[in-house]
Amino acid sequence: MVELLFWPALVAYSEAAVAYIGNAHRPGIAGRLGTWGVRVGWLVQTALLTVQAARSDGFPWATWAGSLNLFVWLVVGAYLIWGCRPRYRLLGLAVMPLAALLLALARIGGGTGLATHSRYSSVFLVLHVGLVLAAFAGFTLAAGLSVLYLWQERRLKKGAPGLLRLRPPSLLTLEALSGRTIVFALPALTLGIAVGFLRLGEDRERFDALMAVTLLTWVVYGAYLLLRYELGWRGRRAAYLALIGFALVITVRLALPVTHFS
Amino acid sequence: MTILRLVGLSHHVAPVELRERVALDADGAAALSRSLAAEGGEAVCLSTCNRTELYLVGIDEHEALAALGADDELARVLYRLSEEGAALHLFRVAAGLDSMVPGEGEILGQVRDAYEAGAAGSVLDRLFRQALHVGKKARTETAIAESPASISSAAAALAQQVFGELRGRGVLVLGAGKAAELAARSLASRGAAIALVANRSLERAQELAVALGAQVTGLDGVEERLGDVDIVVSATSAPGFVLGRAQVERTLRARKARPLFLIDIAVPRDLEPAINELEGCYLYDIDDLEAVVAESLAGRRREAARAEVLAADEAGRFSEWRASREVVPAIASLRAWAEEIRTGELARAEGRLGRLTEHERRAVESITAQIVNKLLHLPTVRMKEAAATADGAVYADALEHLFGLGEERT
Repeated sequence: MVELLFWPALVAYSEAAVAYIGNAHRPGIAGRLGTWGVRVGWLVQTALLTVQAARSDGFPWATWAGSLNLFVWLVVGAYLIWGCRPRYRLLGLAVMPLAALLLALARIGGGTGLATHSRYSSVFLVLHVGLVLAAFAGFTLAAGLSVLYLWQERRLKKGAPGLLRLRPPSLLTLEALSGRTIVFALPALTLGIAVGFLRLGEDRERFDALMAVTLLTWVVYGAYLLLRYELGWRGRRAAYLALIGFALVITVRLALPVTHFS
Repeated sequence: MTILRLVGLSHHVAPVELRERVALDADGAAALSRSLAAEGGEAVCLSTCNRTELYLVGIDEHEALAALGADDELARVLYRLSEEGAALHLFRVAAGLDSMVPGEGEILGQVRDAYEAGAAGSVLDRLFRQALHVGKKARTETAIAESPASISSAAAALAQQVFGELRGRGVLVLGAGKAAELAARSLASRGAAIALVANRSLERAQELAVALGAQVTGLDGVEERLGDVDIVVSATSAPGFVLGRAQVERTLRARKARPLFLIDIAVPRDLEPAINELEGCYLYDIDDLEAVVAESLAGRRREAARAEVLAADEAGRFSEWRASREVVPAIASLRAWAEEIRTGELARAEGRLGRLTEHERRAVESITAQIVNKLLHLPTVRMKEAAATADGAVYADALEHLFGLGEERT
């Protein structure tokens, strides 16, 4: 059953990625096809996750690959909130190829199958993994918005050709959405870390490198919000800071889980 | 069948000296249409600054031209089209494909006004409704009308790329000439608030400020007000820079990272180009804006090719509809004749059917009606298909001959 659901989800995400590339070349029907690919893919992946949850013995996304599967679903879900609007299709160009690639990686790592029993309780895993991944999904979207902001800002500065052909959301909109996404994501990360620390104290496990980098990520995004809302950091500086935070998210997601999940 | 004809002239074939001779205002065009159709027929007159065209059905073309006041000189440049050619022309006009700026939006409203004021019967009614549909479709399914076609609208579109909605954005206008006014009005039409007009001559600034609902200041008071506005439009005739990088830089702290969008449409330039290097400042001069407009027009022309296909398809559909109308009377006669036979035969059999119950009678009625319908279904379909391939009249004649439709029956 999970096999039957994985492939359509991957095909739909890939179709969306290709369609968004086509849309960047010539806006129109390709963009609409891309949006439908995102919708269909996300619904199928939702069904996949539901089947995994129903048939697994324990929390099915506790492994590195499993968490990647859940992470993709969260990122695409968050993108769907406003990504269906025509002007955000350029953001889809950044999100959907990444989503398709990560879903394929999750599959290679065995994260789309059924889980065996975990030594941790499901409640702990749902809270810890779920909250941290939801926060990371938000940071990923904020990074996508920041990249789009920097690209568009550069075009506007240079008076680049095609300024009015490809029209992403306005600079102020991109900037505000990026900030707002981080406002929602940081509390989720805070709670996720807090749950993790509670468990750490109970199990008397040692503090690892992943935890250190996750804390550093929290500090960077905390600083982002402080600088943005207290000191009025906007524009390029804020976008670069969001990208620094995202570099840490990538580090946590891809480089260090090997130690944390062992 | 009465022929659909179009006779008219446009900016493509006639200079303004000729066009103005037959140009009519809305009332004049409506009166002409009604007077032409007064004794039967259909007429719609489309008259704009770029064209005067008469769409006629069942009305003599010479009589119409005489009523329009067209002389020999005009007659030489007039174009005359009929049926599908006339339909295609109107569809292209409605889509903005025949306009000076491809895709311009005003023409669609003018076509609608002409239709509503004209004397349209079944043919022109269908033609103009389809034209309005083509006009809308071309603008929604292609990007022909999406990008700006003038300097002032390009400036406003670029400002929207920075701010999104312009509603409530404060605008500072430097200069009080026509160019400054046009750009300011374009921004105001998108919701921006013209906050301040600054000019060397306060008297002229006052006039423009009153018209735009703004305050007035001299050029030396600009710097201190720069922190309050989001957009600067500059079009003075000053020989040097009116606003320099250092002045803008001093106001950045007060702006609290709010972007500043500057449009310099003056030659020589009013705004120091180095302003664009400041974070959050976006400066466009006249060359930048002209490049945007040129690219935008090129884009419109590319999209025009797609809109041409739409117009041609719709003209084909209109032509099919016209052809199908040729066979409608023959099909109606055939069905009436068959129905007459059916009811006649049932009446003749009344004696034998009299013993049937009401329910059984209804069953017989239904069966005979079904037999007739089944017999006539295929010929009807084939007739309509033939009409679509221009053989409709031949088939209609054959049908009338074979079944003696329209002949006296004994």
